[in-house]
Amino acid sequence: MSEQPSTATTDAASGPLPPALRFDRVSKRFPDGTAALAGVDLDVARGEFVSVVGPSGCGKSTLLRIASGLTAASAGSVSVQQDTKLGYVFQDATLLPWRTVRRNVELLAELERVPTAERRARAAEAIKLVGLEGAERKRPRALSGGMRMRVSLARSLVLEPGLFLFDEPFGALDEITRERLNDELQQLFLARRFAGLFVTHSVAEAVFLSTRVVVMSPRPGRIVGDHPVPLDYPRSPQARFTEDFARVAKAVSGSLRGALA
Amino acid sequence: MSADVGPPMSVERQAVAAQVLIRASRPRRARGLGYWAPPFLLFLAFLGVWYLISYVVLDGDRRFLLPPPHSVVRVAFLDTYSVTELLRGLGLTAQVALLGLLLAIGIGITVAVLMSQARWIERSLYPYAVILQTLPILAMVPLIAFWFGYGFNARVLVCVLIALFPIINNTLFGLRSVDQGQCDLFALHRTGRIIRLWKLQLPAALPAIFAGFRISAGLAVIGAIVGDFFFKQGDPGIGVLIDLYRSRLQSEQLIGAVILSSALGIVVFWFFSFLTKRVVGGWHESALDDPSS
Repeated sequence: MSEQPSTATTDAASGPLPPALRFDRVSKRFPDGTAALAGVDLDVARGEFVSVVGPSGCGKSTLLRIASGLTAASAGSVSVQQDTKLGYVFQDATLLPWRTVRRNVELLAELERVPTAERRARAAEAIKLVGLEGAERKRPRALSGGMRMRVSLARSLVLEPGLFLFDEPFGALDEITRERLNDELQQLFLARRFAGLFVTHSVAEAVFLSTRVVVMSPRPGRIVGDHPVPLDYPRSPQARFTEDFARVAKAVSGSLRGALA
Repeated sequence: MSADVGPPMSVERQAVAAQVLIRASRPRRARGLGYWAPPFLLFLAFLGVWYLISYVVLDGDRRFLLPPPHSVVRVAFLDTYSVTELLRGLGLTAQVALLGLLLAIGIGITVAVLMSQARWIERSLYPYAVILQTLPILAMVPLIAFWFGYGFNARVLVCVLIALFPIINNTLFGLRSVDQGQCDLFALHRTGRIIRLWKLQLPAALPAIFAGFRISAGLAVIGAIVGDFFFKQGDPGIGVLIDLYRSRLQSEQLIGAVILSSALGIVVFWFFSFLTKRVVGGWHESALDDPSS
């Protein structure tokens, strides 16, 4: 069954729905004077998966930190749709080394005071969803990089977020693990239909995963390109080698190069 | 980090592969003859040198300076009166050291936690902690005796003063060196200060805290023994006995007392190494490569 995930931007009855995430002329200047972002306007609708690609230091991570509230914008506003829970996946899995996989996955639910029985059940389900069944009692030391990232994903999934923020989560992994995790992330996206904002260096990864790829300029970062990806979901691993894929990737790369010029 | 190559491996297989890699890089020690023989042989060599000095280097008049090992055992440990006196002294010193250490741990961790919560607290308390470290506490024993007497409590006070700084320093260091990413994670969920302390900072600080315990334990033992030695009065711990035997030229008992003091230090050190390995060894590299394990 192939389909476009429904990106709900209008409601038949009452007109445009609010986006899951909106950046409105967001700028950020750090205390030492560095201008990280210069007027970013970006909407992520419900059910959309948007990737942000850009050169190093263009402020992609800062964008995510502002969206999550970890950092405050210097100007402009960011709004998250009401009652939307946030999931955040860091580039480093940031697992607590003294906890087992199961306890790590339960961590965020613990912090949000989810009752114990429910927390356990949801954690078990999340572990199954990321394919780590059987590894519940292992400590992070005994896990490979890919497995640790899966634990990090499972941990966020337990809270069933409506909006997922990804900060180059697969950047530290080898190519093959990365591709496999891309496939798995796509399946999670199709199963859970969260809104996603995915920061990455990799054009191929961005095109493979997203409904839309946004290109940022070097610092101070602005949006300089917006490329819808008209490929049907679910996208098989081979989709990476089709003509349509190459065409979109080429357009995105072109925007990137243009931004650097 | 193992790459996921080849045909898709089940999670089980991946975990086993990871474990094999970890075990291969850290060969298990055979606890048989190969492990115990070298230190034991060295011990025999040490005994040999001792006998050599006793009988060959020292002539008859001066043999009292270093009586041979069997003589020490006979006079100090096999004589009922002597061994009772030694063990009672050791017991008292051990109690002083233990209580001093426990108090230092309680006070030290509390102070370090408070200092970690607010910079102004840290800035106001840290200079005094440093003074604690640099002050020659043992040289101040006469002053402490002047103010607090010569009893058990004064001895414990000396121990606490000596053992306190490493606990504060290591605990504070551990609490401050929490991974930024993990802090962000907790900040994202607007976690309260106490929960963050309990679930993130204290567990993360455990390796440093236990390192502090190990250092302070050794210092507490030394502080108890040498403090005792400087007090000279009150219930005789092993330090007072050492001084007594020295003044009476009872060298067998003197050496016996020194041996027992070392034994106390060794037991304390071993205990805290064991404790560290149990609590922290499951997840932190530092405890695993401990040579005494």
